[in-house]
Amino acid sequence: MSLDKATVAKIAHLARIKVPEDEQEHLAGELSRILDFVEQLAEVETEGVQPMSSVVAQKLRRRPDVVTDGNIRDKVLANAPDGAEGFFAVPKVVE
Amino acid sequence: MTRDLTLMTVSEALDGLAAKDFSAVELAEAHIHAVEAARPLNAFVTETPEIALAQARAADARRARGEARALDGIPIGVKDLFCTEGVLTTAGSHILDGFRPTYESTVTANLFRDGAVMLGKLNMDEFAMGSANITSHYGPVISPWSQGTLAQRDASMDGAGELTAAARQPRPVQEWVWTRKLVPGGSSGGSAAAVAARCVMAATGTDTGGSIRQPAGFVGIVGLKPTYGRCSRWGIVAFASSLDQAGPMTRTVRDAALMLGSMAGYDPKDSTSVDRPVPDYAAALTGDVRGLRVGIPKEYRIDGMPAEIERLWQQGMDWLRTMGAEPVEISLPHTKYALPAYYIVAPAEASSNLARYDGVRYGLRVDGASLREMYENTRGEGFGAEVQRRVLIGTYVLSAGYYDAYYLKAQKVRTRIADDFRAAFERCDVVLAPTAPSAAFAIGERMDDPIQMYLNDVFTVPANLAGLPGISVPAGLSAERLPLGLQVIGRPFDEETVFKVAGALESAARFEEIPPFVASRA
Repeated sequence: MSLDKATVAKIAHLARIKVPEDEQEHLAGELSRILDFVEQLAEVETEGVQPMSSVVAQKLRRRPDVVTDGNIRDKVLANAPDGAEGFFAVPKVVE
Repeated sequence: MTRDLTLMTVSEALDGLAAKDFSAVELAEAHIHAVEAARPLNAFVTETPEIALAQARAADARRARGEARALDGIPIGVKDLFCTEGVLTTAGSHILDGFRPTYESTVTANLFRDGAVMLGKLNMDEFAMGSANITSHYGPVISPWSQGTLAQRDASMDGAGELTAAARQPRPVQEWVWTRKLVPGGSSGGSAAAVAARCVMAATGTDTGGSIRQPAGFVGIVGLKPTYGRCSRWGIVAFASSLDQAGPMTRTVRDAALMLGSMAGYDPKDSTSVDRPVPDYAAALTGDVRGLRVGIPKEYRIDGMPAEIERLWQQGMDWLRTMGAEPVEISLPHTKYALPAYYIVAPAEASSNLARYDGVRYGLRVDGASLREMYENTRGEGFGAEVQRRVLIGTYVLSAGYYDAYYLKAQKVRTRIADDFRAAFERCDVVLAPTAPSAAFAIGERMDDPIQMYLNDVFTVPANLAGLPGISVPAGLSAERLPLGLQVIGRPFDEETVFKVAGALESAARFEEIPPFVASRA
């Protein structure tokens, strides 16, 4: 499996990572080698095999749907790079 | 001559504290000095001497009241992946610049509940992605097994500025000069280096594909990855959630058992943590391995494995046989596919977990003209090369049209790998294998090709994929006089048998080698 520069640009966009154009070619080579490496999984017969979803055989627990914490607005905001009046601040989203 | 308090094991220190040979404050002070002396290793991102002293004073007060707890006064280091309330937590990444969690991870809270004393936060590969501790934003960690010397130089010329040379007084400083810098392994490289260099008595690590066991093997200490679900993942910065597990890194098997006893336990805040009692792990260290069947997986005899690793593995079998255990050949037919499956599952989960770093709620923000540009700039600058590679691979294998071919296929292969172990454990009680396919290498080696680096984890990744407990025990030295580890893998939640066999190997191997760099002598 070989990725081209355009595909790298597309996944970088999906992942919201800025990859400068002059690095895309190199990255395409590296990612292609990793994909070639994982390609060998095709050799494994997996007909009828259940995909693993939980490594430990246990059911997820349930709990009552009640509020167990809250009223910690200041703690939630404590690490914000930019905040104002009890909110996170971001660049303008709606024109 | 007074006793060097930094050379003791955890269990010796607990005895000394109980006998009032020294106080927790004295123990903490000795280790704070050791942490400072060990700065050439770059093992710490943050040192927390004030916290250590406050916790040590509290430990002494409890002991004076006769209320000493299981680890009261034991100085430890914490991998910088564990959120610590009010203390910078970076995960080795630029993107978590300035992040001071407002909460405490469950594992560190458990350790503090039992009286452990925190010396600081330990350097690591960025987001735990790496096998050599070279991907940290805070620079590589240097193994205390590297060759070096203490040299004197004149520091008066540093930062040449306005003063004329004549006005300067010579200022001799002692500095550690490395002749060859070795990697401590990764991703828990700071934890490994700090424990081996005797500046912390024990440390926490995390293991997603070998990140506790491989560095433990590289620096000649003990490292245990417990069964998935044994320790709560709550408050640990997530890498690959179905694989991540916290565990202890110590200088003896007994110390690892003591640490795990405090770290483990049910936590309602982690839905995958398991609600079953935490046994007295140290009680399992009977040394009696008679009748235990030790599985030797034939598929682990990989091409190109160095003869000295083969020999050590054989030596491990012989030791256990002499002590009455019975080596049996087993087959784990899908071993070869563990690494490729891992390099789909782990990046996929990482790409999803790392989506939260958006420059809005915490950490680094790099501005942009729009919200989208701000995200892309922040993540482009905040993530290092290896993290970007893995997030991109993960994004690709989860993207529309590829999910079945990659992720679903890998999860099916994972089922097969787990089935291999299930079948093997009908014929044996534990599996014995090397920890890593080589001893430590130098910083700069094997760094051009990501795949070459991934091969470090060939013997450790299968236990993560199957959720099994595994421990690395130092068992010998390579021709270059570097530590080599043996690994014991057990049944789910059978850490006791894993500890028992590891303890037996430890007593047979009598590994007492000390690295060239020891903090209290530096």
